[in-house]
Amino acid sequence: MELTREEESALKGEQGETMQMAYRILVATGEATDAEKLIPIEWAHLSGVNYNTIGDAGEELLSSISKDARVTVKTTLNPMGFDIDNVSNYNLDENFISKQLSIRNSYETMGVIPSFSCIPYEIFDIPKNGTQVAFAESNAAIHANSYDNLKTNKESAFSALASAIIGKSPYSSLRKEDTPNITIQMKVKNPNELTYGMLGFYAGKIGDTSVNISGLGEMDQRQCKAMCGGMGTSGTCAKFNFGEGDSNTEKIDFDEKEMQNVHDELNTSEKGDLITLGSPQLGLDEISDLTTKLKGRSFQKRCMVFLPRTVKEQAQKIGYITELERAGCEILADCCTCLTPLISKGDVDAVTTNSIKGAFYLKNSNGVDVNLKSLTQIVEDETR
Amino acid sequence: MNKILVSGKVEGIVLKSNDPINFLGTVDKKTGVISDKNHPLFEKPIKDTILVFPSGVGSSVGAYTIYSIKSNNAAPLAMICKKVDLTVATGCALANIPLITISDEEFLSIKNGIKMSLDTDSSTLSVHQ
Repeated sequence: MELTREEESALKGEQGETMQMAYRILVATGEATDAEKLIPIEWAHLSGVNYNTIGDAGEELLSSISKDARVTVKTTLNPMGFDIDNVSNYNLDENFISKQLSIRNSYETMGVIPSFSCIPYEIFDIPKNGTQVAFAESNAAIHANSYDNLKTNKESAFSALASAIIGKSPYSSLRKEDTPNITIQMKVKNPNELTYGMLGFYAGKIGDTSVNISGLGEMDQRQCKAMCGGMGTSGTCAKFNFGEGDSNTEKIDFDEKEMQNVHDELNTSEKGDLITLGSPQLGLDEISDLTTKLKGRSFQKRCMVFLPRTVKEQAQKIGYITELERAGCEILADCCTCLTPLISKGDVDAVTTNSIKGAFYLKNSNGVDVNLKSLTQIVEDETR
Repeated sequence: MNKILVSGKVEGIVLKSNDPINFLGTVDKKTGVISDKNHPLFEKPIKDTILVFPSGVGSSVGAYTIYSIKSNNAAPLAMICKKVDLTVATGCALANIPLITISDEEFLSIKNGIKMSLDTDSSTLSVHQ
């Protein structure tokens, strides 16, 4: 990898230990991914926020580097473990809460925008076409590459943080070439968001760094997010190219049978004790739609709704939150179904959700069974 | 030597595994002892060794484990892999543990327990007689 004189000097430690560590991370990442140089980025989105995932080692590292590390580009942040406004309603121990607040504090000290959201593409303005960014959250990286005309690799928590501090990323993989290894032909009729989530999950398994995808009809935002969330869960692939691709590319069908395979892998229960909506978190349009669907109806069991704080505040002004709470929803800002500490095996056997990403982590990290249903089906079956 | 991911200069005894290592869950982060009884290096400490293994596997959170092992003074002096993965690369970068990749032939030629020295500045990896 070719470094400028200034980059070399930082790598040697001439700009301090934190800069040296950040450069070490980018150089190691760059060498690992065959980058020839570092290039400037305009926006970093960081993962590694939830104490449930980064633990004591993460908390200690962040606390230590936040003493002198500062981000130099716009930097946003993934969800944390809870919503401080209602955390007392959940059975979280004091240690978790204080460690999580320390993590929050470290990021704020470094100058990170405390957005606590996995849908930065929905709540921040999108820079101009072709802008290089560094997104660590998988669904956000895939959305940025596929729908927002931005360029990012599927960054690790560490390469995104180092990129935020230095303002550069290794020039490799999806930042330059884009040669999908396979074309997936969507053959399932009448798809809903669950179908698109399963399609994404399937694509993530067989895609290398990007895939072509054909046969998609009009998709709404909920369906696009479900597809990105599904893909980010199952592999390292980080881009959908819409179209058939060239004639040399291998073609494969996503049909009822393939869909059933994904369904059988992730659906382990016929019913859930509670419902979760939001993984990725819900945006304002989805909250508006949910409010409409729930008019005059109420959930018959607990329903947790995860959304960014900015969306919660907008929804509050419009009156959606009052409506959703009337219908029995628990509104949770700053956190997400994915890797939530708020659902534990001791209290819950199975969860109903329309999220493939949520299902994967509920099953593998929380150890609970999952019942998959589309939102329409959830409203039909679980409300009166 | 194929690639230098994290540079440095060390001398030490090789601990070699022909199986990949998942740092999250296989290595005790306080002691640096391999704690997975299905791993060929079970109960072996990686502290102060030149750890030679094909590649890392598993969750990227494993990078924090490498950082913890180093913070607890239980880390290897250097790591040498055949294939690089981002978890080991970023973990070694965080912890400042020299990391290089080598060819299949070089990997085969390194025997467990031998003394080696590594200097990335001069790109040399040599066996002590």
